[in-house]
Amino acid sequence: MSTFTIIDGERAVAVPARVSGGRVVLEAAGLKDALGWEVHDGLLCNDAMCIPLPDASALTRDDGVDLAAFAAALDRAVAVDVAERAAFLGGSARERAQALASQQAPDFTLPDLAGRPHSLAEHRGKKILLVAWASW
Amino acid sequence: MTGQGFTVITVALDKTAEDARPWIEKAQPTHPALIDTRHVLADLYNVVNVPTIFWIDERGRIVRPNDVAFGTDTFKHITGLESARHLAALRAWVSGRTPAPGADEVRRQQPLPSAEDQQARAEFGLGQWLWAQGRPAAAERHFVRGGELAPHDFTIRRGTMPMRGIDPMGPQFREMLQSWVGAGRPYYRPLPDTAGTKEN
Repeated sequence: MSTFTIIDGERAVAVPARVSGGRVVLEAAGLKDALGWEVHDGLLCNDAMCIPLPDASALTRDDGVDLAAFAAALDRAVAVDVAERAAFLGGSARERAQALASQQAPDFTLPDLAGRPHSLAEHRGKKILLVAWASW
Repeated sequence: MTGQGFTVITVALDKTAEDARPWIEKAQPTHPALIDTRHVLADLYNVVNVPTIFWIDERGRIVRPNDVAFGTDTFKHITGLESARHLAALRAWVSGRTPAPGADEVRRQQPLPSAEDQQARAEFGLGQWLWAQGRPAAAERHFVRGGELAPHDFTIRRGTMPMRGIDPMGPQFREMLQSWVGAGRPYYRPLPDTAGTKEN
């Protein structure tokens, strides 16, 4: 079986997978090794939690896990390029909206020009003007 | 204003650190000036254009969400926004002369992302990854798809132009700008003045 690259945040991991009828089917054992999720007894579980699956049969097919159904179960956006054998797991609209509605500023860590990482949380206790800009 | 109780953090949504470097080196900032090639900030904060500013208080709460404000009057002839108004409001808040907007007001003003917005960001994410892998033709498909899903997201449609060999000031940008104006300038606003604005 060849692999599919799943990009999840900063990580890009190769998961054994095949494409069947335009759908990406990840090998179940590969999904567990690479992303920490597995399906059993109608639940999708990682180390921290289990999510009930309304329709486990949509997720599991031919001993594999359907990537689109996997992303849907996690309420995450997924962009797929079958020709490049790569997929990007995006953020959940529901989670993002809940986080912003809570008014708590989401933490992030990004590098400066020298590559040194800085996180928002380091500045807790100060007032902050956060500015998104670009050269374009 | 930068001191013990206040800092600026700038985040450049650029394709490489090198794109942002000349501006940052010229400004010689004493505050963190960060680079965000993957648009992590846009994803977490629902940023759809630049400049977008936020005020975050000592407890890490957003007290002025997704606002448009400029540090100078360079673009005043286009935007009609005077930098002084925001700066006066900011000074008043930082010095404690005026309180931050209340929680209800902030909640009302906070734009939240839709499933389509997040799908557009996933398409951007895949495109950006492919571009960084040296696969620009494949990246193009996802940049285009992202732009179709979120036609008024400048961070996707305009922000990808430098990766696609398109002039971000050229005809494709002007076309986007025109359709955005025609749609009633979605997302874009200066928030209502806070009390501090009228001081000074």
